[in-house]
Amino acid sequence: MQPKTSFFKAMFAVVWKDLIAELRGKELISAMLVFALLVIFIFNFALELDPKTRSALTAGILWVTIIFAGNLGLNRSMAVEKDRGCLDGLLLAPVDRTAIYFGKSIANWIFMLIVAMIVLPIYSILYNTNIISPALLLVILLGSEGYVAIGTLLASMAVQARTRDILLPILLFPVILPVLIAAVKASAGILSGFPFSDLQTWFNLLIVYDIIFTSVAFMVFDSVVEE
Amino acid sequence: MITIIEVRNLIKRFGHKQVLRKLNFSVQQGEFVALLGSNGAGKTTLLRTLSSLSKPNYGEIQIAGYYLPGQSAQVRKKLGVVSHLPLLYGDLNAEENLKFYGRLYGLSDFQNHIEEILQLVGLLKRKKDLVRTFSRGMQQRLAIGRAIIHDPEVLLLDEPHTGLDQDAANMLDTLLQEIASRGRTVVMTSHDFPRVANLATRFDVLYKGIIHSSKFAKDLPQHGLLAYYQSIVDEIDAGGENQDAA
Amino acid sequence: MKKPTTLKILDVVTLVALLGATAMVFFYAPIERVMGAVQKVFYFHVAAGWVGMLSFLFAAIAGILYLVKKTKIWDLVGVAAVEIGIIFIFINIVTGSIWARPIWNTWWTWDPRLTTATIMELVYIAYLMLRQGIDDPERRSRFGAVYAIVGFLSVPLTFFSIRIFRTIHPVVIAGSDPSAVGTFDMTPTMFQTMMVSIVVFSILFIDLVWHRIRLGKLANQVEELKFNIQD
Repeated sequence: MQPKTSFFKAMFAVVWKDLIAELRGKELISAMLVFALLVIFIFNFALELDPKTRSALTAGILWVTIIFAGNLGLNRSMAVEKDRGCLDGLLLAPVDRTAIYFGKSIANWIFMLIVAMIVLPIYSILYNTNIISPALLLVILLGSEGYVAIGTLLASMAVQARTRDILLPILLFPVILPVLIAAVKASAGILSGFPFSDLQTWFNLLIVYDIIFTSVAFMVFDSVVEE
Repeated sequence: MITIIEVRNLIKRFGHKQVLRKLNFSVQQGEFVALLGSNGAGKTTLLRTLSSLSKPNYGEIQIAGYYLPGQSAQVRKKLGVVSHLPLLYGDLNAEENLKFYGRLYGLSDFQNHIEEILQLVGLLKRKKDLVRTFSRGMQQRLAIGRAIIHDPEVLLLDEPHTGLDQDAANMLDTLLQEIASRGRTVVMTSHDFPRVANLATRFDVLYKGIIHSSKFAKDLPQHGLLAYYQSIVDEIDAGGENQDAA
Repeated sequence: MKKPTTLKILDVVTLVALLGATAMVFFYAPIERVMGAVQKVFYFHVAAGWVGMLSFLFAAIAGILYLVKKTKIWDLVGVAAVEIGIIFIFINIVTGSIWARPIWNTWWTWDPRLTTATIMELVYIAYLMLRQGIDDPERRSRFGAVYAIVGFLSVPLTFFSIRIFRTIHPVVIAGSDPSAVGTFDMTPTMFQTMMVSIVVFSILFIDLVWHRIRLGKLANQVEELKFNIQD
């Protein structure tokens, strides 16, 4: 058997497994979703959003919502692997560890995107303004990729710690900041109707950050799971 | 006879604690070895190291012709591992769990194979049920099914009887005998002496990180496993005190 | 383990050099004509920032070396560098605030350097919390190494992202941004004082790292002795 095919086979096996399990319980997505809605509502009352201030704040609120919900999902997704010893089961298989990393990352990415895809229309309805646009979807796609790339790596460390319930956000939020800044800036520009060319810088930055974070996580993941 | 597991001078440390101290261990193909030892003797550590999950600090490990940790990918193909955790996904059903692991091991066209394994572990009728609804005994049987999905040459089991009632344990024993009769090598840790006495062909005593004694089943006196183990441990303890005194 | 003679000498050298640098700041460097005496905080401010960055760079390199070689010493270097880096960046932020209060008329602004320095501080506090949460020493070292690498990588990216917002922080070396408040032309004596401060703080850094590594080794020995007693 060629090593390349077994790499992708293993990676997609992990994605398939996570999706099937999620389809059945819907625990992760429903928790992320309810949490996301709660965040939006809390912001509404905490900031007393009115239509004037709202347009400037929408991008920020959207990303805080995505990031918080994503954090919940990442923690859960790795805890499932740890609790029944499944991580050992994955590591016992004769596959490249990075196939496992990419499998988990892709699954987490899909979950985040699903949540975003539900939050966006709800937000649009709640505030009676259409915020959905192809450009914004592209920002969410790129932003959440960088987020899960580092998030999956750090979550696999956090679940192996004694303090795992509180550790992930503390580890993740300070290092993910560059992605968040670029994503918020790009989103705010799109929501304010700036032309794409004005936001080119932020898109470029997002792509660069995604590449950097993904490749670093890819290189060090071995050290996180190997004893 | 072919030597399938060969361990020489294995040392494994956790912090300052040396759990395995220059341990030597070898297993011939087709043997059913029971590792006897109390808690903290290093049984789990030895199995984790053999299964490539944990890297040795020092020493040489050769399994089925491949070295650890250098050739761990090859070794993993030859190994099936059952730990005290089930290593199964509760939100997947029995069949999906096996399918998933089958894919990880690079198997293809495994539908019939999975049915055979489910038949073997007696869970064919429950194949569409979620694993989290299974009893501990059923989970353990499925865990063995998972471990043998790629038809490994060596099966490593860590305390497989833990938490099982009599019936479940009996079923597990029958299953293990079935696997052993197919010429597979089995290494199992346990402190359920009466049970392993009827299963294994060889008994090794692991005490304080070293294997001290090894005896074949035919050389043991009837129902003498516990007495054998106790005599070895007493001997070592006595020896240890003498050394301290000197 | 006896304290090595070289380290004793280095201690004395560091102390003397530190006193010398302080004297230079107060008596050698002139008083800046617009900002007055408060500008003198600038020398140690820059030096502390420099040492802080150097520490975190060391920690990242030690992290890589640990992951490659798995030898304990690189873990000790990593922790030493991070702990010292946190202290120096803290000094950097505080001295910055002392300077900013009269010059920018505020203790704090959301300026890129200021913000990045603070986030960097948070990254490495997270590093310490991560280590604290792991009991197995080998795993603690491994995860620490990984996080030191990821953290160090993320910091310049953060800076870069925030930088694209306009900065009001003075760019002292190279170029002059007209919008920067508090820029000043350095006289030769000022420049000399700054360079000496940087060199002296670097010596201080080496001295502290050495002490911290030695402390780490001693702590390991104590643990080992304790363990042997229990055994």
